Amino acid sequence: MVADGDTVAMEGFTHLIPHAAGHEFIRQGLRDLTLIRMTPDIIYDQLIGVGAVKKLVFSWGGNPGVGSLHRFRDAIEHGWPQPIEIFEHTHASMAAAWVAGASRLPFGVLREAPGSDLERENRSIRSVECPFTGESLSAVAAHRPDVTIIHAQRADANGNVQLWGIVGVQKEAVLAADRVIVTVEEIVARIERVAGDVLVPAEVIDVVCHVPGGAHPSYAQGYSRRDNGFYRAWDAISRDRARFTAWIDEHVRGTATMGELLERLGKTP
Amino acid sequence: MSDASPVEVMTVVAARAMRNGQWCFVGIGLPSAAANLARSLHAPDLVLVYESGTIDSKPEVLPLSIGDGELAETARLVVSVPEMFAYWLQAGRMDVGLLGAAQVDRFANLNTTVIGEYASPRTRLPGAGGAPAIAATAREIIVVAKHSPRTFVASLDFRTTIGHLDGGASRERAGLPGRGPVRVITDLGVLEPDPETRELLLTAVHPGVDVETVMSATAWPLRTASKVTTTPPVEPHELQALRHVQDRTLLAHS
Repeated sequence: MVADGDTVAMEGFTHLIPHAAGHEFIRQGLRDLTLIRMTPDIIYDQLIGVGAVKKLVFSWGGNPGVGSLHRFRDAIEHGWPQPIEIFEHTHASMAAAWVAGASRLPFGVLREAPGSDLERENRSIRSVECPFTGESLSAVAAHRPDVTIIHAQRADANGNVQLWGIVGVQKEAVLAADRVIVTVEEIVARIERVAGDVLVPAEVIDVVCHVPGGAHPSYAQGYSRRDNGFYRAWDAISRDRARFTAWIDEHVRGTATMGELLERLGKTP
Repeated sequence: MSDASPVEVMTVVAARAMRNGQWCFVGIGLPSAAANLARSLHAPDLVLVYESGTIDSKPEVLPLSIGDGELAETARLVVSVPEMFAYWLQAGRMDVGLLGAAQVDRFANLNTTVIGEYASPRTRLPGAGGAPAIAATAREIIVVAKHSPRTFVASLDFRTTIGHLDGGASRERAGLPGRGPVRVITDLGVLEPDPETRELLLTAVHPGVDVETVMSATAWPLRTASKVTTTPPVEPHELQALRHVQDRTLLAHS
């Protein structure tokens, strides 16, 4: 489903980040990926650190509440393990690019940043004039990834997928992609609706995989809590190249599933 | 209370700037601490909005990330990220946005992207996130940052978020609807834009801080307002409330 050189989006705004899928990329040794994600988070820090990434499209690259993403920084500041190309957005332009992609429109529109240096650096954001009022607005090229991967709480036997809590841009990222993979906490016979949930119909999803705990150290509301301790611990693990690589070897390359990885971390899936 | 640290003073002063009932867009870290402190003091009905999509969250502890589960569980409503940025932020429904920054210039433009050259930065920072949209469209912006010449710089290494652009009426001419930064609160004092030139002026110093100290912590020749006041001291109940929420937070995230 995913090949070297593909453009891949693994979305989930702090919540429901598909970490297990990212680990599988590392185990399979995928290379030259263009990765799209609003907040690279630990999942892309790991993929950058193992050298799987050619280009990164993002809007905020930190370890939320902790500080830096050290593998992301090392790649940009020192080209380790290889230089990466970056294509940088704001959250608003990323959100608009996702809506445009889901709508199969060439661009989205936003009111944001005339005069910012981002406009100079990101060729996919251009100034446009409103044909009705003459106002100056920003246009952003649509995101159209080859593959989108998300993690969700539940799927039913027919492959319909349900997520709730902070639902981020997942629905848009799914609808913008050519191929879609969803990992879920639970597969149920029939989905019971939850207030504020998003239901993604089976027809727009290619594959559903049952991966309990597949978002760790992110979380799945109703199933797990965000492992803030791990986000803190990642700061020290990822700061040093050798320690990072040893961690990946032991916990990702040295395991076959998220279940095994969680066991090794002393967490119950 | 005299034993409040400079950062605690800054947090309390930022909290005091929040008015009850306002819709407040909250950045993570110090802005979030200040907004939640305001909720526990004079502004119980402050509506906290986090960019993850949670509106009117009422967390018991300070979230580590803007997407902690407690923000969603205690929110009046949770919306998708595209809805948050289009319907709520860019539509201009925020009364106030509280933002931090790595660099601030004399027109309160902000850098959160890089230190050094963009193509080969000395320090790569997280980037823009939601700040440009907030700064463009919230009715007003309050910036919170620790004062040092490395932060309050003569020229930004990267202009991530527009404050008063090049000063004067340049912000309005650029078509940005909000008023932009109305106050910059630091650990030493308070800066506010001159009504005409929009250059930041020193309008207040915190208790025990003299004007020269603020000047030497600012890399451009900082001008003072015609009258520089002294911030009312941090009250014992304010400090107690701040430490209380921080203690609860430490316990919850440990």
